[in-house]
Amino acid sequence: MFRYASARIAQTVVVLLAIAFIGFLLVSNLGDPLASLLPPDATPQDRAALIATLHLDQPVAMRFLTFLKGLLVGDFGISYRSHEPVAALIWERLPATVELAFASLAITLLVGVPLGVYCGIRPRSALAKAVMFVSIAGVTLPTFVVGILLIAVFSVKLGLLPSFGRGQTVDLGFWKTGLLTASGWRALVLPAITLSLFQVTFVIRMIRTQLMEVGHSEFIRFARARGVEARRIWFVHALKNTLLPVITVLALQFGNIIAFSVVTENVFAWPGLGSLFLQSIQTADMPVISVYLIIIGAIFMMLNLLVELSYPLIDQRVLRERA
Amino acid sequence: MRSTSSRFLSSMLAAPAASVAGLIVLLLALAAFAAPPFLADPFNPMNASLLDAFTPPAFLPNGLPAFPLGTDDQGRDMLVAMAFGLRTSILIGVSSVAIGLLVGVSLGLLAGFAGGKIDALIMRIADVQLAYPALLLAMIIDGSVRSAFGALIDVRVSVAIVIVSIGFAFWVQYARTIRSSVLVERGQDYVAAARVTGRSGLAIALLHILPNVMAPVLVIATINLGIAIITEATLSFLGIGLPLTHASLGTLIRNGNNFLQSGEWWISVWPCALLVIFVVAVNVLGDHLRDVFNPKLRRRR
Repeated sequence: MFRYASARIAQTVVVLLAIAFIGFLLVSNLGDPLASLLPPDATPQDRAALIATLHLDQPVAMRFLTFLKGLLVGDFGISYRSHEPVAALIWERLPATVELAFASLAITLLVGVPLGVYCGIRPRSALAKAVMFVSIAGVTLPTFVVGILLIAVFSVKLGLLPSFGRGQTVDLGFWKTGLLTASGWRALVLPAITLSLFQVTFVIRMIRTQLMEVGHSEFIRFARARGVEARRIWFVHALKNTLLPVITVLALQFGNIIAFSVVTENVFAWPGLGSLFLQSIQTADMPVISVYLIIIGAIFMMLNLLVELSYPLIDQRVLRERA
Repeated sequence: MRSTSSRFLSSMLAAPAASVAGLIVLLLALAAFAAPPFLADPFNPMNASLLDAFTPPAFLPNGLPAFPLGTDDQGRDMLVAMAFGLRTSILIGVSSVAIGLLVGVSLGLLAGFAGGKIDALIMRIADVQLAYPALLLAMIIDGSVRSAFGALIDVRVSVAIVIVSIGFAFWVQYARTIRSSVLVERGQDYVAAARVTGRSGLAIALLHILPNVMAPVLVIATINLGIAIITEATLSFLGIGLPLTHASLGTLIRNGNNFLQSGEWWISVWPCALLVIFVVAVNVLGDHLRDVFNPKLRRRR
């Protein structure tokens, strides 16, 4: 176990360093920090001072080390667009994205899991067939098309729900939440559905396939032969063996959720990290872009690592194969 | 070759869904490429007819029979605009898949054939790239290249950036497939025979191994065509793809989105529908190709 874990951790660190290096290359080669950060009437002294603060006078290797050190202590540089520290910008936008992501995760679990279980247990029923048919839409419709259609129907045609922004937010000091006001909840509905649609259909299809496979396996047939009650077979024996892979795959879907959240936030003018990323691309704000990429890469690699480290706990055979 | 195409045709007849999908792709592509040369380019400002702007579809009150699907904010016939848009979307989709194929197949061949450090380097880059979903990667490459070009971007550069960004976002799948097939093929007798005749490594890779490992890659490419078209539409919709003056399905939807709130839904909903229909048809066709030519390959998302 220890050898397996340390090898995986070492690999992750190497990949993280590579991602950080690519992020560093983006900032150091694209865009012109002096032109972006200095006012037009800057004196040569201002210029020299900025070069010194940004360490532009140092060799590349040193600058990369400074950049890495900055990443570790939360000093992410200065935005070319707003001239604010990148860390502050990201911290300001983070709550909106986190709340949106968790709302869509909640929808995914509350809708996806029960429907998936139903479709897996009764694959021939009319409802299951209808769900599977509709789920084709969830897999094929591009995120922005889903958003546009939802806005067209629920905001424009029916006038039920708002189509942009977060509604009223409450500032808790460290966290601006939209979850404490009615308008905040109403504003969350359409974006959360848009973001979750792909994951919901994904979970439904996955649980269904898993359950149908498990249903034919030896231990379930044996349980049936022993006369165990059908309900107990499905919910205790079969589902237990299904949920672990589902959770694994959901964790690995993180990258997709981030990519789709950029699109969703754009469609609904949701003031989160995705909107920040898009604005940064449009204005060539390299420090923000690179930090965003590094953070996402880091979270993704950590999730990957956690999933892989949990495999041996679930299934000891993994260790024997590697050894 | 003839046996392959006849096998394909007979399999199409046996699968009605695939036949319908094939027909839809064919008809839409035909309309997109055959119609524009005969029509005045609606995106040329000289042809704008602002008096016709915001005409609803013909089946609604105030609709005009001349514009069956209505007109947009500049008075462009939606039907004509969509033919131009679909043409651009198909061209960009096909070109970006071609770029991805070129990069992926070359690197896959190189990795499988050279082995050692080169192989390890290419495959580690592929691993890092796999940490990011293709859409996000395309956004990143697009954004970085755009900021490198600065203010010099005109329409043609924009198109090129989009094609390259999508192409580079998708090379990994091709490279991995080619590499693993090359590792298998490398040990075959025909490769050893070619070596004995004194062929160079490059000639063996390109003339002997490549033709034997292309089939699964071409199947993946068909499936990726749909994703590439959606990626272009998404980039253009987000405002980091083509400019609004150049019609693709994505820019049409982006433009239409401005008028969704005020009730002119047809400007955005028609291009959305066309995008979805075309991509679904391409995907059904791609899945069918996969089943016919390579049943072992399962689609992964």
